[in-house]
Amino acid sequence: MMDTPDIVVIGGGNAALCAAIEAAEAGARVLILEAAPKPYRGGNSRHTRNFRCMHDGPLSVLVDAYEEEEYVADLMKVTGGHTDEGLARLAIRSSQECLPWMEAHGVRFQPSLSGTLSLARTNAFFMGGGKSLVNAYYRTIGRLGVEVRYDAHVTHLELEGDRITRVDFDHEGGSHSLSPRAVVVASGGFQADRNWLARAWGPAAKNFLIRGTPYNRGVVLADLLAQEVASVGDPTQCHAVAIDGRAPLYDGGIVTRLDCVPFSIVVNKDGERFYDEGEDVWPKRYAIWGRLVAAQPDQVGHVIIDAKSINLFMPSVFPPLKADSIEDLAEMMGLSAGKVAATVADFNAACGDTSSFSPMELDGVSTTGLTPPKTNWARPIIEPPFYGYSLRTGVTFTYLGLKVDERAQCATAGGPIRNLWAAGETMAGSILGQGYLAGFGMTIGTVFGRIAGKEAAAYANAA
Amino acid sequence: MQMQPEFVEEARRQAEICNACRYCEGYCAVFPALQAERAFAEADLTQLANLCHNCRNCYHACQYTAPHEFDLNLPKALAELRHDSWDAFAWPGGLARAFQRSGTMIAAACVLGFAALFLAARALPADGEGFYAVLSHNAMVAIFAPAFLLPLLSLAVSLRRYWSHVGGGRITLGHLRHAFGSAAKMRNLAGGHGDGCNFEDEDRFSQARRQAHTAVLVGFLLCFASTSSGTVLHYIFDAPAPYSLWSLPKLLGVPGGLLLGAGALWLAALKFRADPELGAPRAWGGEMGFVLLLAFVAWSGLGLWLLRDSAALALILALHLGSVLAFFLLMPFTKMAHGFYRLTALVRDAQRLEAR
Ligand SMILES: Cc1cc2nc3c(=O)[nH]c(=O)nc-3n(C[C@H](O)[C@H](O)[C@H](O)COP(=O)(O)OP(=O)(O)OC[C@H]3O[C@@H](n4cnc5c(N)ncnc54)[C@H](O)[C@@H]3O)c2cc1C
Ligand code: SF4
Ligand code: SF4
Repeated sequence: MMDTPDIVVIGGGNAALCAAIEAAEAGARVLILEAAPKPYRGGNSRHTRNFRCMHDGPLSVLVDAYEEEEYVADLMKVTGGHTDEGLARLAIRSSQECLPWMEAHGVRFQPSLSGTLSLARTNAFFMGGGKSLVNAYYRTIGRLGVEVRYDAHVTHLELEGDRITRVDFDHEGGSHSLSPRAVVVASGGFQADRNWLARAWGPAAKNFLIRGTPYNRGVVLADLLAQEVASVGDPTQCHAVAIDGRAPLYDGGIVTRLDCVPFSIVVNKDGERFYDEGEDVWPKRYAIWGRLVAAQPDQVGHVIIDAKSINLFMPSVFPPLKADSIEDLAEMMGLSAGKVAATVADFNAACGDTSSFSPMELDGVSTTGLTPPKTNWARPIIEPPFYGYSLRTGVTFTYLGLKVDERAQCATAGGPIRNLWAAGETMAGSILGQGYLAGFGMTIGTVFGRIAGKEAAAYANAA
Repeated sequence: MQMQPEFVEEARRQAEICNACRYCEGYCAVFPALQAERAFAEADLTQLANLCHNCRNCYHACQYTAPHEFDLNLPKALAELRHDSWDAFAWPGGLARAFQRSGTMIAAACVLGFAALFLAARALPADGEGFYAVLSHNAMVAIFAPAFLLPLLSLAVSLRRYWSHVGGGRITLGHLRHAFGSAAKMRNLAGGHGDGCNFEDEDRFSQARRQAHTAVLVGFLLCFASTSSGTVLHYIFDAPAPYSLWSLPKLLGVPGGLLLGAGALWLAALKFRADPELGAPRAWGGEMGFVLLLAFVAWSGLGLWLLRDSAALALILALHLGSVLAFFLLMPFTKMAHGFYRLTALVRDAQRLEAR
């Protein structure tokens, strides 16, 4: 067991692993403290499927080109300009060089997964998903002599002046301390701490589901914020999507997504519609539905479709409720049968000509005279059997984080902290103020993890 | 022909989770076939089970393995169903159930084989040099021709049952080319990315299983070719055994025996290191017994050649031929059947791809 590591890396996900690899390759002795037990190592990274990668020409599994300006424009669009452009460009530009680096360290890519054609050019998919990426990196650090301690919960970093002098952590029932030369924080956001979420969001947050790891509780983040380390981002900002209401409380991951909303009507607990289900194609809308559902009573939505739509979307992990009449379905959902039947009838009456219905594109098949309208894919719900799913808010990650510079270094009001770097979700707020671009989380983690690892090693080796 | 409902149900439960996830689609032929369905009938699951070769890549890549409540273990679910399907399709029924599961039963069959050959060597005439001095050619043919043909008949019945179960259509040359192409290249054993599989050492990718399997397959085919060339020499060129080292039967048989013998031991060693809980634990003994039987056939065959002039020849001949006899007779009821089912499943998959 390593008692005098040069560098302690906090966390065991993508950002932590990239930092550990770079630091170890630069000759530093690295110890990883990962809060999760081995089977759950890898944080949210174990749930991912791809990373978004700039490329000037064909690169590995990526076709054509996806150049810096287009990537930046895509990012600006989703964040509404709430982006640190300098850091964003750094991440984007470096992503191109990351892909071969990832391959050299054991990650294997494949062309985009079936059902995700829209990402074929921009995102490189991990063969086997994020857990296989995490496994490959753990194999790599094993070869590099990095030591990993699982079940190791970091509780406190002692900040004295402009240096971290001590790392406290709980492990196997005891409290331990280490004094490494440098520290990299890569312990994710705080979304798994429901109390913190409730402080930011109000009591509604108690009904949220956490899509990823239960171990990202923001303990280190809170500890550093309490010591006035510079932060960025709004605690009420989180990335949330609408997922199947029957998903487990934590770690449900990708399979809990529901893609049927555009072909449905969605009612709340009172049996009323509350938003245009056909506003845009689902990948562009599933994030706003997380917030829409969060704003409904009891933070729940109910999706209703009929027999003609059941095969139009990716299968979901939980089977739908199924009934021969809308009234029966409403009862199975625990809703007022009369109210739901009336809502469906109003919707059906507002549907018009459906002959140009086209499931894969905005078809303009809309309702008339209905509030809220349904502006695409509006077909009357009349063909039994009828199917129902419930929707809840699933939190992916939080935005509040540590503010870093282009060297991934943390700071206080007094200036940089000489031996503290941060990478991944825990500093993603430095780049993304709001909104999200699919695959950008892994880009940030890889780019800044690698920078943090190199910087920390350079500092530790010089000290 | 009924599969056990609990295996079907468990495979279905897991297939539905995979179908919502799809992260593993690059690993093997199972996932594209799986993703083509929305609901899984028993026949669909049987076909998936026979497309799976238990490389375990999808297990180690899976974010939903235990202790996660989804408790994914697709290699195991498919292995259990696969073995169950072989039990269900075997003809005559019941035999498969015994030998698929139990290495002891295989060993017992071998002992019976040895005994039969001892008795034959005692009772039947001898008429030549080398091992024909122990047992005549005609006697050997009288024993081995039916021991070879009956299992083939049995396998044919089983595959026919499989084919109608999975709803196979008319087979074209293209389907066969696809299936044999995949099998020959062991495309699926490469793990999608060419790094191999996660068999013997958790999530480390390795080519060991693929290479060991290749050694066994090539070794087996060489041995088979050696015997066939001997038959041709015997009947057509009137040149009976023993053959010199530079004859066709020896040129094929010696390297074949070495490959088969080494490959089978290697497979057995890998299997010892691999976690039985990612396969069909019930079938572990039967599979191990079968691999060791293959090794025994190979090494006793080589022993026969090395000790051709010794007094032990009669003993070794009985051991070798006894094990060969057991091997052939058990073919439809042991792991040996997997090759036939797998090819059939690949032919069926070619039809699915074509119909798409
Ligand atoms: C279901 C799902 C799918 C996603 N899909 C994608 C995708 O396809 N592409 C993409 O780019 N992004 C995706 N994301 C976002 C992505 O997961 C994150 O952006 C990325 O994984 C962040 O990496 P990280 O290393 O910073 O954090 P994580 O991977 O979450 O790692 C944080 C680590 O810190 C550890 N930790 C936490 N607290 C402590 C402590 N006190 N002491 C010690 N260790 C601690 C945790 O156990 C964990 O190992 C997805 C997220 C989810 C939930
Ligand atoms: S085995 Fe696990 S990771 Fe792979 S497709 Fe199935 S559910 Fe997804
Ligand atoms: S064990 Fe290997 S062959 Fe079987 S389904 Fe998983 S990846 Fe495919």
